[in-house]
Amino acid sequence: MTNSTLNFIFIGITFAVYIVIALRSRAGSTKEYYTAGGGVSSLANGMATAADWMSAATFISMAGAVAMSGYDASRFLMGWTGGFVLLTILMVPFLRKFGKATVPDFIGDRYYSKWARGVAVICAIFICMTYIMGQMRGVGVVFSQLFGIGIPAGVVVGAAIVFFYAGLGGMKGITYTQVAQYCVMAFAYTIPAVFIAIMITNQPVPQLGLIGHYSLDGEFVPFFEKLNRINVELGFQEYTTGKLSMVNMFCITAALMCGTAGLPHVIVRFFTVKSVQAVRNSACWTLAFIAVIYLTAPAIGAFARLNLIEELHDTPYVEAPAWLQEFEATGQMVWVDKNGDGIIQYFGPAKSAEGKNDVFQGDNPIFPAYDAPENQRVGARGERLLANKPDLSNPNELWFGNDIMVMANPSMAGLPMWVVSLLMAGCIAAALSTAAGLLLVLSTSISHDLMKKIVKPDLSDREEMNYARGASFAALAVAAYFGINPPSAFIAQTVAFAFGLAASSFFPTLLIGIFSKRMNKLGAISGMLAGMVFTSSYIVYFQFLGGTKEQMLFGISSEGIGFVGMLINFAVAFLVRPFGGDPPKEVQEMVERIHIPSGAGEATHH
Amino acid sequence: MSKSIDHRAYSRACLRILGVLLGIWFFVSFGCGILFREWMDEHLPPVGTAPFGFWMAQQGSIICFILILVAYAVLMKRLDSKFGYADGEEGQ
Repeated sequence: MTNSTLNFIFIGITFAVYIVIALRSRAGSTKEYYTAGGGVSSLANGMATAADWMSAATFISMAGAVAMSGYDASRFLMGWTGGFVLLTILMVPFLRKFGKATVPDFIGDRYYSKWARGVAVICAIFICMTYIMGQMRGVGVVFSQLFGIGIPAGVVVGAAIVFFYAGLGGMKGITYTQVAQYCVMAFAYTIPAVFIAIMITNQPVPQLGLIGHYSLDGEFVPFFEKLNRINVELGFQEYTTGKLSMVNMFCITAALMCGTAGLPHVIVRFFTVKSVQAVRNSACWTLAFIAVIYLTAPAIGAFARLNLIEELHDTPYVEAPAWLQEFEATGQMVWVDKNGDGIIQYFGPAKSAEGKNDVFQGDNPIFPAYDAPENQRVGARGERLLANKPDLSNPNELWFGNDIMVMANPSMAGLPMWVVSLLMAGCIAAALSTAAGLLLVLSTSISHDLMKKIVKPDLSDREEMNYARGASFAALAVAAYFGINPPSAFIAQTVAFAFGLAASSFFPTLLIGIFSKRMNKLGAISGMLAGMVFTSSYIVYFQFLGGTKEQMLFGISSEGIGFVGMLINFAVAFLVRPFGGDPPKEVQEMVERIHIPSGAGEATHH
Repeated sequence: MSKSIDHRAYSRACLRILGVLLGIWFFVSFGCGILFREWMDEHLPPVGTAPFGFWMAQQGSIICFILILVAYAVLMKRLDSKFGYADGEEGQ
């Protein structure tokens, strides 16, 4: 059986399962549409939230980031899991007690103002848009791999599927489908890791292999010692120490954590369970399910790094494994034979005087058109040629996109083809579940919070649904555009921006709203605006307008600036508060009420 | 004893739990994983064969996060039943 038949079988079966579930549990009312009627068990909700949470970026790019930057990638690992702790103990139990469907709802009521609600809606849309762009890119990468087409076509195919899929059921349908998607993802992620761990370290548990010994070819050395040694020999940073400064590392991790705690589409997930106690249990499950993947990613990353170097470095091109050509065909791997010896050399920045290891000039590889003469397309050894000029200032000859690490890993390790197919199905599950969840929040923000609560209060249910559909279509179109022309090279980084914005706008405002009775609307709105404007202009300046490293504030990169934005938000809110007077009595009572877990709250409060 | 005093005692106990757990949270992630990583890599015994600080950053902190959330659920449940809010499973 060929590879593509297997792919289609696996993906076909999983799709059939999702659709059956979505049809069987589709929403019967608006309450079911927005929050699944509030009656999902904490175990099921935990699994669904984990699937929603783990995006294509997590699934595809995270292990790649770990493989490439070793210790530095810990910021993603800690940031995205540690944020859950903040979310669970500072946010969701209280917001659940408040009991409304969306985050702008809470901000609108707590700060008794349409303006506050409006700013919150804009933040929510902004965050979801940034986030969904990364998803579309991820979908594009998978589909381009699957059908052997370019990434742009892959993005368009993916967007069409996501649109049909998200239209099927509301939150209720999505929740039960995501339970199935989580199972697919978990298997797809861990099975290859187990095989590779056995191969490299003779340990069936990848996490134990990571702290075990490298035991291939009769060698028996501590795994990280081996990995550090090859990295340094080839001129890369030692794997277990980082290149990022401690300040930057701290800020990025903090921004990711606080951002996680302020992500509207994750908060909304906890409105689907029965009670505050169920919220706490559900959060435990969620993090446990997420950890299955997050604890495996460092192992996959480290093993893939080792595999890649061992398989390709110092190997003649004609003897290189077949997957190299497959990745060349999709433009995700490039070999430029700079010294003309026909052997692949892979070197790090330390091997050149300028401290760079660029293979070619320019940011991305550009290929000659398909009708160009053959000697411009195919090189002397049969490799795919580039239109870019080679960068001859350093000896490195191998370029590849980070995103391929997870996909290439099973092939690198020589695993059977069905493992690759399973991985494809897992990637698609990850992208679909997250995109569906995000689209739901996006369309609710526009139809419920913006149209119904602010612009046209007399909107009927049917009109509200129409706005929701229109909004999700427009959102997908924009997201697909940015998926094809990503503003940042790696998926994980694109997503990191969404976190910066969530950290600087929602997180502080929600936190103050929950824990301070005296914060008024003036303080909250000024804080939210200050944080958001500061963070987004910093990101836009350094990402699009060519800001240089030397201009950065304390050397903090745009990924970590959300943390500073958050501090600014807090500071502005408390400085401006004295000019606005105390909030009304009902609001103060509301804040007291959300701190008591059950309906008993009303009884205790005289 | 008046009920509003009960309420204040509950909130205080709740904040104490939050404070302690967030302290642990900060120490295992930012402390072990970032601020003191280098020192820990050198001076603490390795986990298996991996340097301690590095292992905390990529594995240990995540395991601790789960334990923190389990502790939170258990402690809050105990607090709820002590103050008579334990019948919360029916929701509102």
